[in-house]
Formats: sequence, C-alpha cells, structure tokens
Amino acid sequence: MPHIDITNDFPGIRGLFTYRPVTAAPLNALVQALLHNPHPSLTAGERELTATYVSNLNTCFYCTNIHGAIAKHQLGNDAETVKQVLANADTAPISDKMKALLKIAAKVQTGGKNVTEADVEFARGEGATDIEIHDTVLIAAAFCMYNRYVDGLATWQPDNDEMYDRMGEHRARTGYLTPPVIVSDIAPNPNK
Amino acid sequence: MAHIKLDNDLPGIRGLMAYRPEMAEPLNALAEVLLRDDNNTLTRGERELIGAYVSYLNDCFFCQNVHGALAGHYLKCDIDEIEQIKQDFQSAEISPKMKALLTIAGSVQKGGKLVTADQIETAKGAGATDIEIHDTVLIAASFCMFNRYVDGLGTWAPQDKQFYVERAPRRAEEGYQSSVYH
Repeated sequence: MPHIDITNDFPGIRGLFTYRPVTAAPLNALVQALLHNPHPSLTAGERELTATYVSNLNTCFYCTNIHGAIAKHQLGNDAETVKQVLANADTAPISDKMKALLKIAAKVQTGGKNVTEADVEFARGEGATDIEIHDTVLIAAAFCMYNRYVDGLATWQPDNDEMYDRMGEHRARTGYLTPPVIVSDIAPNPNK
Repeated sequence: MAHIKLDNDLPGIRGLMAYRPEMAEPLNALAEVLLRDDNNTLTRGERELIGAYVSYLNDCFFCQNVHGALAGHYLKCDIDEIEQIKQDFQSAEISPKMKALLTIAGSVQKGGKLVTADQIETAKGAGATDIEIHDTVLIAASFCMFNRYVDGLGTWAPQDKQFYVERAPRRAEEGYQSSVYH
C-alpha cells in the first residue's frame, strides 16, 4: 500500500503523476528532454541504459523494469544487452565509451563528490564529449530523484514482465508526454 | 574548476543551466512548482528549509547556502539560525509537523525505502496532509538530484555565505524561471 491515498490504480510513478499533475508536468518534461528528445550523439537506447543501470543500483524495482523495457525497445528489441548491462556492465556488449559513462553514473549514484577528474579524463579518452558527460551526470542524478520518489511513497510496483513490456514499447514509441497506457487488464491493482 | 568546459563563469547550478538550456527549463519549472508556487499549504519558507536540510545532508555547499538563505529570508531568521536547524532540527523552534516532515526528508536522502510507515503516521498525527507528505518526499528526492548534478560536475561555489544571503531577496522576488545572474 502506498504511504498516501493516491486515488488511482496506476503503478509506480504513473500513480504519483496522476495524483499530482502540477509536479508531473516538469518531471515528465525533464525525462523527455533527458531520454527521448533527439540528442547530439547519445542514442535514446544508450540514455535509457544509463537510467536503467542507476535505477538498479538504487534497487528501485519499478524504474529498473520500466526503463529496462524502454531500453530494450529503443535498442531494437534487444533484451539481452539490457540484461548484461545490469549483470556486469564491464563485459556487456556496449561501447567502451558507454562503459566509461556508466562508471561516472555509478559514482553519481553514491554521491556527486565521488566523481573524480580521473573518471572524467578516462571517459574523454574513450571518446566521450562534454555534453555526453554532462547529460550522463544529470541522467544519473535525475534517477536518484525518480527512484526515491517512487520508493519513498511506497508505490505499487507489480512483478509483471508483460506489463512493463507493454508500457515500455508505448513509451519508446510515443515518449513521456503521452497519457499512460491502461494495464489493469494484465495487472489489476490489488490495493483497489 | 568544473569537470567540463562550461564557457561561462556562473556559480553552481546556474553555470550548468546556462551551458544546457534544454535541461534548465524543466529543472527550473520543477523548482518553481515545488518551492515557490503559492498554491501549497506548506509555506515557501518551510519548503526551502526542506531543500536546505537535504542539501546539508548531501554536503552540497552551493545548494545548502542558496536554499538556506532563501529559507532564512522567508522565515525571517539569520543564516546562523538556519545553520542550527540544519544541524539539529529536533531542538529547533519549528512545528512538530515540520519536525516530522524533516524526519521523512532525512530518510529519503538515504534512500526511498527508508521512509517508514511509523514516520508517515507521526507526520499525519502532527497534522500533515497527504499532499504535504507527497511534496516533502519529492522535494527531498529532487535535492538528491540537484545536489548530485552540482557536485558531480565539479562546479564552483562562492565561499562567502553573505553572497547567498544578499541574493536571496531577489531570487525570492523573481523566482526560479528568471536568470538573476545574467
């Protein structure tokens, strides 16, 4: 049961967005800019991988599963890469630049001051640009917010692969500014 | 020295926002609605205090001084009093409701799952509404982002605390969506 009465049966952050539209607007605008809008050099799939990776470090079940599903669809239906990044980013089939950026993201997750000049130099050596480093830090920081928001209010986070896949396909295709898909047919909310 | 070349000499998050305006827009919109929108039963001072407290826990010098000075401006107390509240809010002269909300914010800072049903019950018992609890969790979570953003890119911050005190009234007046340092 969520800590507060959110009066709707959407899972995870979608329940909170429906409950409080005035804060949902900038939160959705931010995730749209960070993960979905065209980027000078990082693909949507790469940015979703960073979001999924940080959510997993924060042990946020809902965010890890929904962004894992979105990443899978943004990467061309590649669930294996998502799985390997979560299991061991160093040996996953991603570029050396992405591995270096994920190292920075992991430092941000533990605290901003933990990012060192050496981490940044290493990423540059692997070909990362300043904007890529900036956006990786901000994506990682943003998911330290979204994850705490979702878990801090004890939202409903079903263990249902089909639900995350359906929602993930929809988000990958339409972005973050469209209304949520109705999933109550495959994932009825037990708290209702 | 920031970790990346910002091409401006603005301090803290302002330098990052000038560097990447596409991201600055939703970040400022979020700060505005969370901290400054008057359609809220928590005062601006109370919400800024939550931001300052979480920034203190995250040891972010820039954010805790910007938001501490704003809290002081709204709550009409000086920076030393704000400093004492950050260090020991349980002994401070603030409402039991605010103490309960700051306790929740402190849990969020460590991790979302650390907020307990007991902490929520205490807050509700002290008169906190569901929306106030929601906003407290989101303000605390958002500062776990803002603080990491500011420190994760190695931005610079003026070391004189008076700098922040002097700028607070104008920020309070103009809000987060204007660029007072431009």
